[in-house]
Amino acid sequence: MITVTDLHKSFGTNEVLKGISNKVDEQEVVCIIGASGSGKSTFLRCLNLLEEVTAGHILIDGEDLTDPKVNINQLRSQVGMVFQHFNLFPHKTVLENITLGPIKVKKESKADAEKHAHELLEKVGLSDKAYAYPSSLSGGQKQRVAISRALAMTPKVMLFDEPTSALDPELVGEVLAVMKDLANEGMTMVVVTHEMSFAKEVGDRVLFIDEGVVHEEGPPEKIFDNPQSERLKTFLGKVL
Amino acid sequence: MEYIIGVIPDLIQGIKLTFLITIVGVLIGFVIGTFVGIGRLANNKFISWICIIYIEIIRGTPILVQILFIYFGVSDLFSINLDKLTASIIAIAINAGAYVAEIVRGGIQSIDKGQTEAGRTLGLSHVQTMRYIVWPQAFKRIIPPLGNQFIISLKDTSLFSVIAVNDLLYMGKAYAASTFSYFEPYLMVGVFYLIITIPSSIILRIVERRLDV
Repeated sequence: MITVTDLHKSFGTNEVLKGISNKVDEQEVVCIIGASGSGKSTFLRCLNLLEEVTAGHILIDGEDLTDPKVNINQLRSQVGMVFQHFNLFPHKTVLENITLGPIKVKKESKADAEKHAHELLEKVGLSDKAYAYPSSLSGGQKQRVAISRALAMTPKVMLFDEPTSALDPELVGEVLAVMKDLANEGMTMVVVTHEMSFAKEVGDRVLFIDEGVVHEEGPPEKIFDNPQSERLKTFLGKVL
Repeated sequence: MEYIIGVIPDLIQGIKLTFLITIVGVLIGFVIGTFVGIGRLANNKFISWICIIYIEIIRGTPILVQILFIYFGVSDLFSINLDKLTASIIAIAINAGAYVAEIVRGGIQSIDKGQTEAGRTLGLSHVQTMRYIVWPQAFKRIIPPLGNQFIISLKDTSLFSVIAVNDLLYMGKAYAASTFSYFEPYLMVGVFYLIITIPSSIILRIVERRLDV
């Protein structure tokens, strides 16, 4: 599904990603953990070119994102993304937030898009909020709308950038539950997270990114119960 | 007292012209400013530089120089006879355009980058993201400074009396010169400006509150 080869990313002279190669298979849930500043969010943002790649290649379904000829809007519409700070459109209702992409990018009719949006809202338990504005929602509700907005594009893969980090502790559960459902339905997911229990429970594979490289990777049992490197042991010691 | 009443018909005539120049000028200036403000932020260096040069030239020269340059200078160069009203509207439009451009730029830049990222992530193009996501939010925020610019431009039109446009100030001045009374006409000119500017400020504040900005 996603193949990353020797990915490098620099901001000016500061090299944040120092050569990452990895693969994400179809229906796989990959969780990325690491300290802040390790490059894990930057890595995720490279996967839909929110960050311009300095060197290396990213293939999604065989199409190379780094190829200047590639239609980036077309590719992005197939890669859903959920942000730490939700980034809902405050001037649009929940329904309009969700239908904007399908109507403008996929050229769906308004009726079709709205029907799909209502289904998605029902799925995330927010059918009563279709006509509300984002400012009237709680953080957990906002993030569930943001997930619906991404899903409305029927993406092949979903990227999550610390989706629960900005939430009050009691609201984390409702968002993780939606993500868990999604994983069970077979969605391919890449999740940057600080929720170790989620990574353990839902993740098929965990990547530990440190200083711009994948320092250690493996199934969650191995990463959490039997870490090999000192760095990972220190990191887990701090967060668990 | 007789001069206070006597000057009013002339001033009403003048204020109509002042209003006309300001409204048409600022409307055109708003269109110019929107394009220049967005152009300033363009990735294309050529476009952004043209916009910067325009803004800096206009902001760096007095509007009095600009009106004289347009009315006498440009007319002379191209041997055309610009009428005073057209020259005034052009001057206000070009002048307000530069300030509006900076207002627009500030408004767009004040919108969180996450909004653009969310739009682009959905697959919207740069232009679509601007049109459906950034601009509607930025526009709300720039309404107060735009209203402010309207009031500034309105007062700037008084400088156009140098080319003998029959605006508010010019009408008062002419009345004063013909009656040899100076206190009352100029007092009333001031009052007439306030008659427009104070309600404008109040309307602006109501609009602001309505928009919840």
